Amino acid sequence: MTETLNVFAVRTLTQKEYFAPGHRSCQGCGEALAVRLVLKALGRNVIIANATGCMEIVSSPLPFTSWRVPWIHVAFENTAAVASGIEAALKVLMRKGRIPKKKIVTLAMAGDGGTADIGIQALSGALERGHDFIYVCTDNEAYMNTGIQRSSSTPFGASTTTSPAGRMKMGQITWKKNMAAIAAAHNIPYVATACPSYPIDLVQKVRKAAEIPGPAYIHILSVCPTGWRSAPELSIKLGRLAVETGIFPLYEVEYGRYHLSIDFPKLKPVKEYIKLQGRFRHLTDEMIEEIQDRTQREYEILRERMKRGF
Amino acid sequence: MGKRVGMEVSIAAAEAVKQCNVDVISAYPITPQTHIVEKLSELVANGELDAEFFCVESEHSALSVCVGAAAAGARAFTCTSSQGLALMSEITFIASGLRLPMLMILANRTLSAPLSIWNDHSDAMMIRDCGWIQFFVENGQEVYDHVFISYRLGEDPSVLFPVIINMDGFILSHVIEPIELIEQEKIDQFLPPYQPLYRLHPDRPITMGAYALPSIFMETKKAQEVALRSSIPKILETWKAFGEMTGRYYSPVETYKAEDAETLLVTMGSFGETASVAVDRMRKEGRAVGLVKIRLWRPFPFEAFKRATLHAKQLVVIDRAISVGACGPVASEIKAALYGEPVRPSIYNFVAGISGRDVAPSDFIKMVDKAEVEIEEGNREGFELYGVRE
Ligand SMILES: Cc1ncc(C[n+]2csc(CCOP(=O)(O)OP(=O)(O)O)c2C)c(N)n1
Ligand code: SF4
Ligand SMILES: [Mg+2]
Repeated sequence: MTETLNVFAVRTLTQKEYFAPGHRSCQGCGEALAVRLVLKALGRNVIIANATGCMEIVSSPLPFTSWRVPWIHVAFENTAAVASGIEAALKVLMRKGRIPKKKIVTLAMAGDGGTADIGIQALSGALERGHDFIYVCTDNEAYMNTGIQRSSSTPFGASTTTSPAGRMKMGQITWKKNMAAIAAAHNIPYVATACPSYPIDLVQKVRKAAEIPGPAYIHILSVCPTGWRSAPELSIKLGRLAVETGIFPLYEVEYGRYHLSIDFPKLKPVKEYIKLQGRFRHLTDEMIEEIQDRTQREYEILRERMKRGF
Repeated sequence: MGKRVGMEVSIAAAEAVKQCNVDVISAYPITPQTHIVEKLSELVANGELDAEFFCVESEHSALSVCVGAAAAGARAFTCTSSQGLALMSEITFIASGLRLPMLMILANRTLSAPLSIWNDHSDAMMIRDCGWIQFFVENGQEVYDHVFISYRLGEDPSVLFPVIINMDGFILSHVIEPIELIEQEKIDQFLPPYQPLYRLHPDRPITMGAYALPSIFMETKKAQEVALRSSIPKILETWKAFGEMTGRYYSPVETYKAEDAETLLVTMGSFGETASVAVDRMRKEGRAVGLVKIRLWRPFPFEAFKRATLHAKQLVVIDRAISVGACGPVASEIKAALYGEPVRPSIYNFVAGISGRDVAPSDFIKMVDKAEVEIEEGNREGFELYGVRE
């Protein structure tokens, strides 16, 4: 297990880039790194349906493209449905002998807004229908593309442009929606959480998702220096801290069975993670304490699930 | 000649879709479209049609699935009505912007509120500018025939547009009509499997749906506009080829006793058949009344429409939808079409039969009577809702 979480093993990954350099994401963008790793994991036999959002915008200003694999963007909330159509087309066209039979992975990608909010219906439908595809949510915890507005995936306390910290309210007043659990509740074969700060773990999960027939959902925490008001050079560290503090545990749910990818006997204090981000600057010690308690509690629940297996 | 069978128009539509050997079907139930999807799911379940069929979780997804499927090179089909179309509307614009051929049958139904399941064209008018080729058909045979016509047309490499067949909900969708079926061998010749110019496939990676800055957006829109406008010759050619195969010839604007008419009724959709009965009655009384039926709504056939109408003294345009605060959408289109003509007929506009209110031949006669009197009295551009209880 430690092997897969080894930062240096990243050298073993392919040198090939399917998400070409030269795209327009900000420095230190966790989403761009996540996408790059996902594509390295899958290779060239993939078709991508991408939701509206940062990754679409940074990569596809006509007449340019950063995509070296087939890629389509249709709208914000329907990525899972577009991917469903692609998967269905591949299946039927191969069956009818109109395109050669070979394994082509259908990959849907959307941000947290495109997944947990506006796209959740299309996603739920596609998971329920059982399409053979991978859905990757790159979660940067807000609508970044439109200027850092809150989503249901924004964590408690974070200040965004629509959940600003003011005299009456201290940023986001609701707790982050647990999208991975929602996906798992569809009883699909594979659900995982990942973070590009653990690149080999991420790549292995994506490969596993590609191998397992049926729908797979991977929720990737993606540090966004612009939206989180953090230093770009701290992105990898922040991703690691999110995991080490228990704020974003890495786990898999395989056919309903929970498995922690990395367990910490003792979690780091959440404060270490929080203090590096401007979006939490206004938090009082009591609020941080509240976050600490909740994080600990949820981590315990996850651990119990892992022990139970479901 | 093919077999002539009495069948419900929705079932005939589904039969035609089956005969086109579509690859992916995705839809969501809504009255009065339901019989089409029910029949199709039955055909797939029985193995009579080899297609991927999805009863998805919303119309938004129904069309999105078709977009994904068409982008990957499949022949896709969906159908809907009213609220369903409203939910889909976002994606209708994208499907045509991406130049993805597919077919949607729209069993036209009133848009809420108040909620109504009955027929009018308010749904179709909502997405008038979505960039699809849009037909309005008059009877069951036309529905059946246009399924083949639409796929062949939309998939033509010089066209590449999605197509909508508008058929009046209930009035067409739920009636039993004699339909002349076409032999499968003929269809297979008329409509070979879809060969996309571009498709999403790893062997030849392409990017679809890139975004455009203002510095390039206009150029892409113009390309789309030119392409849609220039599809008219291809539409005519496709109808001609279809006519040669079946003996049934279609045109963008159809006329009935129009050549020597002073007053012309103008209709779209199933109104045409009822209006022609009214024309016969008025002709018997010696009145110079004729009928013009618009079959091709987008791209609008300006030339054909002018040819059919410019000789008349007055047009009585019957709309089945209302642009609230303006007038009937067909009438405003026609006014725009004829505005540049030095001599043009007066245009009197009635909005009639919305939400399925029955419009009988006698109603068409009353509308012509009223329009003729009004115009005589100098009201050359009148507009009213016909048959409203005051
Ligand atoms: C129907 C619709 N509503 C709103 C928008 C505007 N919009 C575009 S991207 C976006 C936010 C994207 O957020 P997320 O999915 O989290 O992706 P990110 O940009 O953060 O990667 C919004 C609100 C849209 N394009 N379509
Ligand atoms: S705003 Fe955030 S997610 Fe978007 S490109 Fe910049 S760093 Fe990446
Ligand atoms: Mg986001």
